[in-house]
Amino acid sequence: MEVTKVENVTRIFKIGKVETRALNNVSLSIENGEFTALVGPSGSGKTTLLQLIGCLDQPTSGRVFVNGKDVSQLNRNQRADMRRGTIGFIFQFFALIPTLTAYENVEMPLLLNGRGASERRERVMQLLEAVDLADRAHHRPDQLSGGEQQRVAIARALSSKPTMILADEPTANLDTTNGQQVMEIMTRLNQETGVTFIFATHDPRVIKYARRVITMRDGAIAENGVVEKVQAGV
Amino acid sequence: MIQLFKMALRDLGRNRRRSFFSSLALGMGLALLLLMASFIKGEMGSAIDLTIRLQSGHLQVRANSYDEVKTSLKWEDLVEDPDQVASQIAALEPVKFATPRLFASGIVAVRDESAGVRIFGIDPLSEANAPYRDGLVSGQFLTSDDREGILIGAPLAERLDLKVGDVATLSVNTSNGDVDEQAFAIRGIYSTQTNGFDSFTVFLPLAKAQTITQAGNHASTILVMLKDIDQTQAVFNALQSSKLKVITWEEMNALILQTEEFAAAYMVVLYLIVLAITATVIMNTLIMAVFERTREIGILAALGMKGRRITAMFLAESSMLAVGGIILGLVLGSLVVAYLTRFGFYIGNMGISGMLIGNTIYPDLTVEDTVTLSITALVVTLLAGLYPAILAARMEPVEALRGGK
Repeated sequence: MEVTKVENVTRIFKIGKVETRALNNVSLSIENGEFTALVGPSGSGKTTLLQLIGCLDQPTSGRVFVNGKDVSQLNRNQRADMRRGTIGFIFQFFALIPTLTAYENVEMPLLLNGRGASERRERVMQLLEAVDLADRAHHRPDQLSGGEQQRVAIARALSSKPTMILADEPTANLDTTNGQQVMEIMTRLNQETGVTFIFATHDPRVIKYARRVITMRDGAIAENGVVEKVQAGV
Repeated sequence: MIQLFKMALRDLGRNRRRSFFSSLALGMGLALLLLMASFIKGEMGSAIDLTIRLQSGHLQVRANSYDEVKTSLKWEDLVEDPDQVASQIAALEPVKFATPRLFASGIVAVRDESAGVRIFGIDPLSEANAPYRDGLVSGQFLTSDDREGILIGAPLAERLDLKVGDVATLSVNTSNGDVDEQAFAIRGIYSTQTNGFDSFTVFLPLAKAQTITQAGNHASTILVMLKDIDQTQAVFNALQSSKLKVITWEEMNALILQTEEFAAAYMVVLYLIVLAITATVIMNTLIMAVFERTREIGILAALGMKGRRITAMFLAESSMLAVGGIILGLVLGSLVVAYLTRFGFYIGNMGISGMLIGNTIYPDLTVEDTVTLSITALVVTLLAGLYPAILAARMEPVEALRGGK
């Protein structure tokens, strides 16, 4: 079953009088449980595509489906509901709330979903253990390393049991060791929980973890295939 | 909800100095408002209180034709056989005391200096004289049978360089329109700490005042003091008769009451100005916070936080700033007010004609004013916080996330 489908999507940004075509008639389908990389140079439309799939933005034309539901015409609140229930995000910058501890950051989506206190506690600790940070639960982001922060972000993205996690350049600000660790955790969680991961990257060391690679260029999909086929060209 | 306030508190804690100064601005604003309110209340309260005690009493009974402005001394304008009328009134249960008074205008002259004065013919034994008797600075109070002594106020004594025992000439208008003149000894000098009264009021025993003004057995008014000011209307009704007219303190002090109303309206304008200034400070702080935290707002939105909740988060911050500011304001305000209530605020001779104002204002901070102003400050701060909060909630998640990169 496909977790998301993009049909003939075009996204045009207007800055003043200048129009930028970030995505041009893109169609794409991603199945449940995939571990897929969106690759391509910066400006190729990776982030825009992730934002549309993630219900953070709306297409200028075309349709986006998440779990079979057309999300391209939803209003702000409906999109917020959609994100809260089904989508987890991991950003390039370690997007944690600086005033909250690691524990509280992971807890935030559960609070927004109105989960009870004991369920929250159990789930947060389980996730922090899964990313190897149970002993850092009560540290604030500024007391954690970049790699640790990104692992907290992964735990947070998973906390409300989404059907897919969208990661925009998750390793771009990490050194090789931490980048590998983050990718290994993501791979493991994908295998253990079956949650779909879609991540944008242009780091070859990250691309090798993907089981499917979609290459983008100038707002369009240039190549779309299973990993063995693309890797040859990297 | 608890989470919301926990986050708000931590967010305010990120920039402690800024949060503190924002709250302090509100606190100082509120303290200023409390001080202004207590001043007005203290001044107006004391003006009314003072005028009643020194001058008007709670009620006065006069002849129908008596004209206060002209200080008429014609017999038909005066109360006949005033002692008897006074003792009848004094017999009423709510009445504390009733005493006749005769008013005349005159001039005190000594050497080549002179001053226009109001002459109060009083019954020296009456309780009504307590404020003058208690304010005796030197010499003695008058006695009923004194025929050659007067009591003058300290500012007048100073101006004319008079001391107890000195002799001054008093010229007085009389009942038939002439002026009579007689030398009097200064028996005593009093001060009620009210320049507007003390500079112009000279006391004579009633009997002597009646003689010199040729008023016979008459008085200008019967001054009535009640045990409880709330009984005014009841006693007013009880005293109605065809021959005499009864006037209440409200009627006699209409100017003060009007001024009080005007002051209250004026204060509302001042309150709003002060609160608008503090609200701007709070608004500025929160707008800065919104812009600094644009990316975080984007993250929270990406996690699925709705606009309403983002609004609530920033409103929680402004309400905490408000509560902090109000606490600071109450502490600062009550300290200053407590100090001034104890030691008073000396304003000197601020006498406005027609109004008696003490030389020192003692602020009077009421619970009602404190509560009203605190709630107003809270509401105004929350309103000021509304714009930044809505600004935050309206941010597009994509833009907000980009804004922080």
